[in-house]
Amino acid sequence: MTSPPQIELRGVERVFQLGDSEVHALRRLDMSIAAGEYVAVMGPSGSGKSTLLNLIGLLDRPNAGLYLLEGRDVTTLTPDEQARVRSERIGFVFQSFHLVPRLTAAENIALPLILAGMAPRERAERVARALADYGLETRAGHRPDQLSGGQRQRVAIARATVMQPAVILADEPTGNLDRATGEEVIRLLEQLNASGVTLIIVTHDPGLGSRSRRQLLMEDGALRHDSALVNMT
Amino acid sequence: MRTPDLIRFARDAATGNLLRTALLVLSVAIGVAAVVVLTALGDGARRYVVNEFSSLGSNLIIVLPGRSETGGFNPANAITSTPRDLTINDAQALLRATAIRRLAPLVVGTSEISVDGKLREVMVAGSTTQFIQVRSLAIAQGRFLPDEDWERGSAEAVIGAKIRDELFGPEPALGKLVRIGDRRFRIVGVLKSSGQGLGMNSDELVIVPVALAQAMFNTNTLFRILIEARNREAIPAAKAQAEEILKLRHDGELDVTVITQDAVLATFDRLLGVLTLGVAGIAAISLAVAGILVMNVMLVSVAQRTAEIGLLKALGATGNTIRLTFLVEATMLSLAGAVVGFVLGHAGAALIRYLYPTFPAYPPAWAVLAGLATALASGILFGVAPARRAAALDPVQALAKR
Repeated sequence: MTSPPQIELRGVERVFQLGDSEVHALRRLDMSIAAGEYVAVMGPSGSGKSTLLNLIGLLDRPNAGLYLLEGRDVTTLTPDEQARVRSERIGFVFQSFHLVPRLTAAENIALPLILAGMAPRERAERVARALADYGLETRAGHRPDQLSGGQRQRVAIARATVMQPAVILADEPTGNLDRATGEEVIRLLEQLNASGVTLIIVTHDPGLGSRSRRQLLMEDGALRHDSALVNMT
Repeated sequence: MRTPDLIRFARDAATGNLLRTALLVLSVAIGVAAVVVLTALGDGARRYVVNEFSSLGSNLIIVLPGRSETGGFNPANAITSTPRDLTINDAQALLRATAIRRLAPLVVGTSEISVDGKLREVMVAGSTTQFIQVRSLAIAQGRFLPDEDWERGSAEAVIGAKIRDELFGPEPALGKLVRIGDRRFRIVGVLKSSGQGLGMNSDELVIVPVALAQAMFNTNTLFRILIEARNREAIPAAKAQAEEILKLRHDGELDVTVITQDAVLATFDRLLGVLTLGVAGIAAISLAVAGILVMNVMLVSVAQRTAEIGLLKALGATGNTIRLTFLVEATMLSLAGAVVGFVLGHAGAALIRYLYPTFPAYPPAWAVLAGLATALASGILFGVAPARRAAALDPVQALAKR
């Protein structure tokens, strides 16, 4: 590797307190992901894959270890600084979409721009472009309860990409969709990846996992299998 | 987040649940309206009494038989027991005082007036010629009592406007003979119609010479002596002189009470001012309760929007931004409630003025401002805790909620 990895985890640990007992969600994890990679994180439930995604997305802090994002140590950032990184570098796509029910599709897409304090005119331009890119122009004024599952996820993806992040984190993006719509959504995400955005998908669906160029298999908080390493030996 | 976006976001959040918002706004509105209406009532009462007192006649000093401890108005003064009579001679002696411009002795009682078979119970006042000036009354027809010997008095009477209408109707009243009590009097004048004078509505009054009134009611003492001082600055001097003269006449004992209209006015003013303040305080309690309601509603809102808050954090909202959105929402709701309450309160006060035109029910500015400020302050204050709770939510757990 000539360029440094975009995402690098060194000895990362995450421990949860559940009553009296401790749960080791992540154990001494070492991992690196280069910019533009297409990675699937897989494993049984409780393996720590969602925790890993939350950590990479700066929604959670490790108890021990180091997390370097684009060469910068983000583990010791203040909550406000982390929020800024999330806003500018990271986009989330959730299984249950998490659209704000009282806002229209266009307003939902504009949300990250509003939070970042962008001027209204520039905002409108970007939102219009996003609506066009994802074929949502006719749906712009509709609320989430007036959209189909596929349309909702498209709005969510548009929202995740409107700030032009470096990394997209998708947690079971097709979990609430039927097969055909799921296909469509994955194709959209892969298109994004083709344009240079790092795509990390958490999934329990082996079919979905096999589409990505690299698979990370998690079990019991540790990385059992990394397909990239296998290929290199 | 830009300010216009912040306000729009908060407004959308508030209108997201219209029923809850409406109830909250209503509760704040009721509190503010209560402050406005109740202080309008209290201040209206104060103004009413002060106006009525002012209409009695300026520079007025009142002498009452019997001594009371306080200088102000004491209801016990209405019922007096004095060892010494306050006589007509006492009143005449007061004419010597340099600070006194005019005065009139006063005897009151109720009796029956009858003419041509019509009978009516009336309030009868016995006084002298200057009564009409001291009390700032006006003659509509004829003249007032003549300037004559106070200890005698001719059998003449002056009647109020309402008495005239009831007893004589379209016919002229002047010159007619009437029977008051067991005496006959000739009507020489009719008073101009005027509003309520404290305790004595002059429209329903019959005025006869004081000596004849004393005979009618079989009393040797006067009810009051009404004194008009030379001018405003002479009032203290007039009071002192009156006390001095009467003390000398009553064997060196000051067994009368001399009160100035100012003192009475001041007492009423203070009393009703405190009442208004107390009423405002009670109404403000309802505003504090409304503030607690704001906190409750906002806490529920935070709980219901937990997933949304998690999402906002995932999208890059700082804790400060989230705190602000909830605080702005609480402020907007309180402000809306304050405005609605302001309008409702003024409408209520206007309604009172419409139903009771003589009652000046105007909400005082200080009360309205205090009410609005309290509504806003309590709304913002009680919005802080929910806002902080929202900002402190863990994004991972928040997103896990539906």
